[in-house]
Amino acid sequence: MENHNSRLHHFADHMRANWQLYILLAPTIIWLLVFLYKPMYGLQIAFKDYSIFRGIQGSPWVGLDHFHALFANDQFIRALKNTVTLSALSLCIGFPVPIFLALMFNEILNQFFKRTAQTITYLPHFISSVIIAGIVITAFSPSAGIVNTVIGWFGVDSVYFLTKPEWFRPIYIGSTIWQEAGFSSIVFLAAIAGVNPSLYESAVIDGASRWQMVWKITLPSILPTIIFMLIIRIGNLLEVGFEMIILLYQPATYQTADVVNTFIYRQGLQAGQYDLAGAAGLFNAVVAFVLVMTANTISRRVSKTSLW
Amino acid sequence: MQNMNLYSRGDKLFAYINMFLIGLFTLSTLYPFLYIASISLSSGGQAAAGNVVLGPIETTFEAYKWVLSSSEFWISYKNTFIYTIGGVIMSLIIIIPGSYALSRPQLKGRRFWNLMVAFTMWFHAGMIPFFLNMRDLGLLDSYFGIIIGFAVNGFNIILLRNFFEGIPASFEEAARMDGANDFQVLWKVYVPLSKPAIATVTLFCIVSRWNGFFWAMVLLNDQDKLPLQVYLRRVIVELTADDQFSATAMNAAYSVETVTAAIIVCSIIPVLIVYPFIQKYFNRGILVGGVKE
Repeated sequence: MENHNSRLHHFADHMRANWQLYILLAPTIIWLLVFLYKPMYGLQIAFKDYSIFRGIQGSPWVGLDHFHALFANDQFIRALKNTVTLSALSLCIGFPVPIFLALMFNEILNQFFKRTAQTITYLPHFISSVIIAGIVITAFSPSAGIVNTVIGWFGVDSVYFLTKPEWFRPIYIGSTIWQEAGFSSIVFLAAIAGVNPSLYESAVIDGASRWQMVWKITLPSILPTIIFMLIIRIGNLLEVGFEMIILLYQPATYQTADVVNTFIYRQGLQAGQYDLAGAAGLFNAVVAFVLVMTANTISRRVSKTSLW
Repeated sequence: MQNMNLYSRGDKLFAYINMFLIGLFTLSTLYPFLYIASISLSSGGQAAAGNVVLGPIETTFEAYKWVLSSSEFWISYKNTFIYTIGGVIMSLIIIIPGSYALSRPQLKGRRFWNLMVAFTMWFHAGMIPFFLNMRDLGLLDSYFGIIIGFAVNGFNIILLRNFFEGIPASFEEAARMDGANDFQVLWKVYVPLSKPAIATVTLFCIVSRWNGFFWAMVLLNDQDKLPLQVYLRRVIVELTADDQFSATAMNAAYSVETVTAAIIVCSIIPVLIVYPFIQKYFNRGILVGGVKE
């Protein structure tokens, strides 16, 4: 009893001294609860026959019906395959680019050149996907676009690229690399800045070339950062930039362009099948969560680097 | 780094190839912008025929006249300013105090609160439950919904919290000696010391607000509330499909291509104006927040 009382006293003292901290914290926590945690309660529509009139609570349970329907749905299966393909491709092709860029930026001795190049290559990151899509649509347009103009010089007939399923992946991945590679290099540059200079000094004494120093010192030194960023990427694997896809795809290219998130958008927000789309969303979220947990565990075992 | 003379011939070759490749990448980043600017200033006929490669042909400002005389353009421009300024202020007044509290060792349940923030970076309910929640809160078709609904982002909180954690405790102790409370410590000590990190977070917020498109498209119906990006998308998608526009415009001084390009240029300009002022901060700012080892 006495123990309990003193704990209570302790807590009261703590609050008296620190109540302001909790006031400062409250808006963040309340915001998270209202806008991010409360919707998690709404995830249950994945298991319900959801009707907007009866609401989440009033709608009857239907068990795994929506999941059965999803996995019998050709469009969903196609979207799932496209999601995996697109994210695997952009991981393999897009992920190394900023690392190489950072290594290269670091080797540039002319500060003016370096700063100018960085300023320009960071810029597309700050441009909206609508504008990037607008540029892509203009550049690849069949009659007016620069791409067809240039291939025309070589005698190639003009192609309406954005209606061709086989062109969607290259165009999407190319434009995301163009948009993000420069800015993504910033994290690796920050890591390079933290490498101990004495490593380079002793390498110079040993007669190492610039090339050897990049491969034997810089790259291994930033490996923890590379792994860290890789885990983040893996966690977002199913999140392939669907805003960009919504802007660039059309029924003619659904075959390669439709991903789980665009499927959810069409089925849920456009066609009003909230419960089915909600089930697809839950599936997406759970897979993403499992992926990041797995990547994090593996990374912690292998390299002692982890997100938490 | 060191003196160039210390380098061998191989090293010099390496340096030149490296500079060449970076130069190439930089030019390929720059080119699409020059291309769009060239189209926006070319005559409609030349642009539609695909003759524009670098630099305008038959320079004219007709496309800009079309854009700047469109009332929808100005309404959406104004709305984007409202969403961006309102949204950034809302973000900062939630994120800065929250990050400060989360960085204090004396906060009880600190591990739990931090986990609660971080968890949202890896798991969220998704599009449909988020939409239904916004609807249930009565935030459809509302300026306020767009301003408050996207105010907090776990990454920004963690970035700022890490920065606050890196500030030596002696600063806080000195302020406490002078009788400062938490509000004063935050406002008079931590905020002034954290300018690079706050500038970085502000930049991230400005960019995501200025560019916000998907949720504005989903949550807003009222034409008078649409931001620039949604208007832009409509122009890109609909003008291209609008035969009447194409038919009347093709022979005129402007075309679908030049009008689209002109709108793109108009919506990039504010970004280009703000960009140089803040970009010097994010090298330093990201250094603290981006990488945790």
